[in-house]
Amino acid sequence: MSLLIASKIQSHPKYLLLVSQRDTLSWTLSAIVFCMYFGFILLIAFAPGIITQPISDNSVVPLGMLLGVGVIIASAVLTGVYVFRANGTFDPIVEEIVREASK
Amino acid sequence: MKKLNTLFFGMLTILASGLSHAADTVASSVASAVAPASAVVAATPAAEVPLNWHAIIMFLLFVGVTLIITYWAATRTKTASDFYAAGRGVTGFQNGMAIAGDYMSAASFLGIAALVYMNGFYGLIFSVGWLVGWPIILFLVAERLRNLGKYTYADVVSFRLQQGPIRVMAAVSSLIVVIWYLIGQAVGAGQLLHTLVPQISYREAIVVVGALIIVYVTFGGMKATTWVQIIKAGLLLGGATLMAFGVMAHEGFSFEKLFSDAVAIHPKHLDIMKSVVPIGAKANPIESISLGLTLMFGTAGLPHILMRFFTVTDAKAARKSVLYGTCFIGFFYILTFIIGFGAIVLVANQPAYVADISKSILTLKGGGSMPAVYLSHAIGGDFFLGFIAAVAFATILAVVSGLTLAGASALSHDIYASVIKKGKASEKDEVWVSKMCVIGLGVIAVLLGIAFEKQNVAYIVALTFSIAACTNFPVLVLSIFWRGLTTRGAVMGGYTGIIGSIGLLIIGPTVWTKVLGMGPAIFPYDFPTFVVLPTVLIVAYIASVTDSSERGKKEREAYDAQLIRAETGLGAEAASVH
Repeated sequence: MSLLIASKIQSHPKYLLLVSQRDTLSWTLSAIVFCMYFGFILLIAFAPGIITQPISDNSVVPLGMLLGVGVIIASAVLTGVYVFRANGTFDPIVEEIVREASK
Repeated sequence: MKKLNTLFFGMLTILASGLSHAADTVASSVASAVAPASAVVAATPAAEVPLNWHAIIMFLLFVGVTLIITYWAATRTKTASDFYAAGRGVTGFQNGMAIAGDYMSAASFLGIAALVYMNGFYGLIFSVGWLVGWPIILFLVAERLRNLGKYTYADVVSFRLQQGPIRVMAAVSSLIVVIWYLIGQAVGAGQLLHTLVPQISYREAIVVVGALIIVYVTFGGMKATTWVQIIKAGLLLGGATLMAFGVMAHEGFSFEKLFSDAVAIHPKHLDIMKSVVPIGAKANPIESISLGLTLMFGTAGLPHILMRFFTVTDAKAARKSVLYGTCFIGFFYILTFIIGFGAIVLVANQPAYVADISKSILTLKGGGSMPAVYLSHAIGGDFFLGFIAAVAFATILAVVSGLTLAGASALSHDIYASVIKKGKASEKDEVWVSKMCVIGLGVIAVLLGIAFEKQNVAYIVALTFSIAACTNFPVLVLSIFWRGLTTRGAVMGGYTGIIGSIGLLIIGPTVWTKVLGMGPAIFPYDFPTFVVLPTVLIVAYIASVTDSSERGKKEREAYDAQLIRAETGLGAEAASVH
């Protein structure tokens, strides 16, 4: 990567936007997964009564089982959200920046 | 080409002689079981079990196919990029499968099923913890790793920092993780194979694993490793799906019936739905939190997992591969949960599987990791048992291949080529050193596996995941996202993670009390991450901001160029075209 291209990219208005948008998405989604998972862990640690109560009167299935499977499924869905956003929004911007800077 | 042929078939001959030795033992033990009267048979309990032909045939089939692939990969492995990174030609879907194959170890397959079998709901906590690291890998590291690195995660950390000290630190932590993980896998392989095919001894099983790994990795490099992992992931997902389907079919496809049947049969009854710690253990909130941190961030710091992102063509493929991988792994963990409960219903209290039914209806013949294996027998008889046994063994081979390659690349790429030769080693020499390291690590894994046969290795998960979570993960994320990180901060933070994790584990309950027998532990928690991870971040922060050296200033300035490459992929290592 030549210095010229680097300086062109750095001053490209869309580059800074890309960085801040992608970072926001990365950290927001990470925070969601972290809170979701630690919500689950904190319930286990401090409120096991909630986790282990059955989902209905005639069921043996504890609420925590649904929450745990829910965290697994939500994690997969959120990775999908990121991939969708990155493929659809960020990749075209990156291509544009690189194309214009390489001129 | 000729040289390759000679070498490859030479290694195969050595391997075959090892196997034939094992076969001799099998034959003689069968002979001794058949020839004398039944009194002698009773005297040798191992020979009571008939030879598990289904398992052996399916295992040999797997070995045959993977060796053909290894030969194919060997003819296409010429450059360092081929050897370490499969020429960066792996697609997103293939890498997703390989990620699943690299990550879903026999420990998680047999281990989670066994945890659920013994403790019910508690096992789910591990399933969830081992999955939630994946979104974090995708959001924070996968693409940036692909854009910045070449073969190891140390490439990324040392991108703008000083090569020597960073790579030594990263290699030390990688090697500790890899070697301990290898010991765990080797011990597991030896015990599993010996239990399934008692005619093969623990040692022979480990030697077979070591020999196969050396052949796969030295000849086929990352290409062969990737395909071994892909095939294994397919087999494991297929096998686990069939098992879960069998369980659900038996239970009339009703989860409610599965769980209530399990509650009725399990000796602890409703406790298996109510305990959030191992049944019988005392609730410990801090331990639960620390376990959660360790599983989540440890996954995102395992060197053999991070290495997989250098094999794909570009950042887009890296990203897709995590999506595929997460779906496969999440699906698999939900299956293991069904399998664990299915084992309570179909395996517990069955005289054919339980060791001594008058003492406990849960304790199985052959030890703690057997519930999933016997469940396959309960569902599909000898044939399915053989299939699942072969899958479990394939699983160990795939994980060990990935680990060995990651360890060898830390030694050859980070230590030999970058530190000793200061980046001036020829590609040919570097690959040669790497192959020697593969052989060395293979031999070490076999020897340590044998040495640790009778040891309590329960702390290995805590050890490897803690170091990954407290060293590799924070240093990697800081180097990518924080302009202010300097060499001093990264190195001091990194060693704090290594020494802190190991130190607290040694004085913790698993090692201090159970392994060393020194009485009550000085540090009362099994997982030290909740103390060590924040400490590492604080040390790295303070050591970086107080670093007023000229070098530190340059390192902060170099962040802009790093950021451009991380974000746009400009200058990233390209896929090689064959």
